[in-house]
Formats: sequence, structure tokens, C-alpha cells
Amino acid sequence: MFKRSDQDNRPAVKMFVDGAAIAAREGDSVAAALLASGRDIRRATAVSGAPRLPYCMMGVCFDCLVTIDGVGNRQGCLVPVTEGMQIEIQKGKREIGK
Amino acid sequence: MTTMPKRDSYDVVVIGAGPAGLAAAATTAEAGLSTLVLDENVGPGGQVWRAITSTPVVARDRLGADYWAGAELVQELRASGAEIIQQATVWSLDRHLEIAISAGGASAFVKARRVILATGALERPFPIPGWTLPGVMTAGAAQTMLKSSALVPDAPTVIAGQGPLLWLLAAQILRLGGRIDCILDTTERRNYLAALPHALGFVTSPYFTKGLAMMREVKAKVRVVSGVSELAALGDSQLASVSYVSRGRRETIPAELLLLHQGVVPNVNLAMSAGIEHRWDDRQLCWSPVLDPDGNTSVAGIAIAGDGAGIGGASVAVARGRIAARGAVEVLAPDAAAALTAENVLRTTLAQAERGRAFLDVLFRPAPQFRIPSGDTVVCRCEEVTAKDILDAVAIGATGPNQLKAYRRTGMGPCQGRLCGLTVTELMAQARGKSPEEIGYYRLRAPVKPITLAELASVPKTEADVKAVARQ
Repeated sequence: MFKRSDQDNRPAVKMFVDGAAIAAREGDSVAAALLASGRDIRRATAVSGAPRLPYCMMGVCFDCLVTIDGVGNRQGCLVPVTEGMQIEIQKGKREIGK
Repeated sequence: MTTMPKRDSYDVVVIGAGPAGLAAAATTAEAGLSTLVLDENVGPGGQVWRAITSTPVVARDRLGADYWAGAELVQELRASGAEIIQQATVWSLDRHLEIAISAGGASAFVKARRVILATGALERPFPIPGWTLPGVMTAGAAQTMLKSSALVPDAPTVIAGQGPLLWLLAAQILRLGGRIDCILDTTERRNYLAALPHALGFVTSPYFTKGLAMMREVKAKVRVVSGVSELAALGDSQLASVSYVSRGRRETIPAELLLLHQGVVPNVNLAMSAGIEHRWDDRQLCWSPVLDPDGNTSVAGIAIAGDGAGIGGASVAVARGRIAARGAVEVLAPDAAAALTAENVLRTTLAQAERGRAFLDVLFRPAPQFRIPSGDTVVCRCEEVTAKDILDAVAIGATGPNQLKAYRRTGMGPCQGRLCGLTVTELMAQARGKSPEEIGYYRLRAPVKPITLAELASVPKTEADVKAVARQ
């Protein structure tokens, strides 16, 4: 859906989505890195389980909710990626203990 | 990594580091007032200057001169001595000017003698059929990805809506080698006539030549369909196509990405939760705070600057930020006010920056069918409530947005009404034959962003706090 422009010379950051390694760039938000990965990163809503992708990318819509390093319901668009970060695509509501 | 405020009280706390916040904080800090800037994003700049200190898009002509203007103001703020905390979410502000901040999973509290709210704008809801489908995003979302990560669309892409940002985004995507298959322009034809009386202010404003040049740049490369009066995103669990009506003819085009935009509106959540009086703005079709010429609100000590005070754009925001800051300096350090830019100069700058806005407001006033949906179109994205659900609730007695919460939970999800509030007000107003002002808005309360119970529980407590709730 999105590609990286050749303007982008930032260093690579390796992170994991449901266990699979993806290459992000330093300064990416989690949500941007996921969209750039080309993987199916659709979450499922807590209410009906409908599939969603990020909508506003500015902290407003909460459609980028994702589990980051074991913590659920994080706004992926507001969190910068870090080396080795573990992402789980959140299916439904946040689980107890996450 | 997480930074918390160094002190527990400040002369001035500025909330938001976009154009208005940067200008306000630099001004108060330069005048010697202890100044704290709190901002939710990773770096300063707000939305219009997003990633100004870190963007990978280094070739200056790609994002344009108006973008790079922000770098100077960030320099000014950094040299001013103001304390700046990024990735800090303000979740409460009250009449005593006490501010609750969440950063890195923990909360802290600070007190201010003056607060300048510069929380900016958010995109107006665009509730068309299918707007919750994966692959439908706001134009602002695409621009955020472009500025902060140099990411551009490379799948079949449709941009739909109206307003200056739409053309700017299209130009930026094209300059970076991205893909746009079609632009669907929803500007109503009658708006051109209605905007005519404001045309003089517009043609003498910088918007005019810049806007025309940008539209020419885009139209040379992308098919533009004007007069679009209906719009729907289609697909099963993923956007597959966009259907539209133009001049009475329905067309469907395949698309994997649909970028929607019909202007921006003030981000009112924090201001309203602090009890600041707002009014319905009939021209901009949104809630705006009631302000005096210095930006002071109905709550003593709190001023609002920037697009949160009513949409004006970046230059207006900078001018309003300086004016609000000057007001704070005059009260807290009158001797330092003499060294600031004179008030009449600031007012002239503001008046110049405001030129052309009335024309844009009228020309790009979104059509009723794109603001007030019907049938199965989702209104509240969080709780997945449709227009029909809301009309059914009105039919059995829901009188306004706050009663509606009890019927359908609208506005009670994590976004707290940011993406449904205006739609709910206008939809209920239409259904009940009342004005938006009469129907009102959600009663907003802290926390204005969700925080965990664990974070609340770990907030420092006094003995009196514990006694107030503990069983004897």
C-alpha cells in the first residue's frame, strides 16, 4: 500500500510482528512501520471483531491499537520503533495481563 | 528515557508544540517566565510541521517552503530556555490550573499560573459508507507518513474531498514518486458563488497564488473529477473500490487506498473538559471556544491559541501564540512586556495572516450529505454505531449527545467522541429540527485520553485522599 521514497536514508531497525522479523527505519512510528511492512496487519475491533487499519495516524482515532512488548491497547502511531521490539496484532479487546 | 517535569509548578504551561505552542512558549520563556511545553508527539512541530527536526525528506522543494518555516521557530524555542517534554499526554486540566501528565506509563502533576492551550486541530469526520474499511485513511494520515517516514502510496489510490490540504498532499505525494489514480473533488458548485463576496481578501492573500500553482501541478498529472456528490468505500474486510456520483452519473473505480479530507476542526477535548465555554461556529461548522482578543477563555488563567481557537492555519496560529504569550507576560512579568513585539504589530500580523480565510471557509464548506450520514453508515467508529441506530434512539426519546450515550454508547469508546461528536450533534439537530447549539455536545471529562487503572492507582496520594475512599 505504501513504499519508501528514495529520499529515505535512515538506518534500519529490526523488529518483530507476531514473531516475524520486519525492517523498519529509525524514527518510524510502530503504525507506519507496520503499514510499510506489506504484511497483513489488520487488527480486529473489540466490539464486533471487524478488521481495521490505522485511520488518522495522529493519536486521535485509536484504530492503530496494537500490543507492543507485551502491553496491549498501545496507540501504534504515537510510539517510535526500537530495535528488537515485539509487536502482536491485537485481535479484539486487550487481554487481562497484557 | 521517560522525562517528567523538573518542577512541580511553572509560570506558564503550554500544551502542544505546533505553531501556536512553539511561538507562545518561546515568547514567555524569552521574557523570563518559567515555561513548560508538553507535547504528545515524538518531536516538536505539531501536525503542519510534523517531524520538522527529523524528517527523512531532506530535499527542501519536496515538502515546500511553508513546511521548513517551522524549523526556525523550533530553534527559537530551544534557545529560549523553556523546558520541553515530548511524548507527554495531558489527560487532565482543571479550573485550578492543575495539569495531569502521562508519560511512559506513569503520571505526574504540575501547577501553572497561566496555561496556554495549543492543542490544534483534527480532521473533520468524513462519515461515508465504508469509511471504517481497512485502506480508508485521512489525507492527514498519509501526510504524516510522508513527512515523518518518507512513505508514499504505491497501490491504486484515490483521494477524495476538498480543501487546501488535499491539494498540498497530492502535490507532495507526486513529488516523492507516489501513486495517485484519481482525485474526487466534492466541492459544491454553489459554494463558488457563495464565496465570491470574500474573493478580494483571498486573491490578495498568499493562499491564492500558492493554491493555484499547486492545483496546476497536480492536475497536470492526475485525473480530477469535480462535482462529486456521493461517495462510498466498497469492499469486504478490505477496501476494493470507490463508488461516486458526479453530474448524476455513478462510477466505480478500483482502489486499495482511499484518502479522505474535508477540512479540519478545533480539537476541543481538553478545553471542554476544563469547563471552557464553547459556541457552535456556523461558518466553520464546529465548536469553537469563546475568547477575548488576547485568546483568554471563560476560565481564568487559561488562554487558547492556534487552530484550537478556530481554524486559521499555521501563520495565524503563530500570531495568536505570540498574542496569548504577551498576555501572560503582561500579567506575570509586566516589566518584561516592554521588550516584546508591540501589540499593534502582532495584531497587524494576525490580520494579514487571516486574510483569505473567509473565502476558504465558504468555498470548502463541506456538503450536508458528507457531514450527516444515513442508514447503515457508521457514525461512532469506536462503538460501531450507525446513523440508523442514532435516529432510532432519537425516535424513542434520546434528546442530545449525552442522553444518546445511555442508549448507544456513542462517544464512550477510546477516541472519546473525536471522530463522531460533530456528526452526532448535526445528525441529532437535523432529526429533532433544532440547531446544533441547542443540541449541544458531549460532556467531556478527564481523563481526556485513556490511561490504565494501574497508572491511576500509582498516582501519589495524601492521607486525606486515602481516608476519603477507604473503609473505616
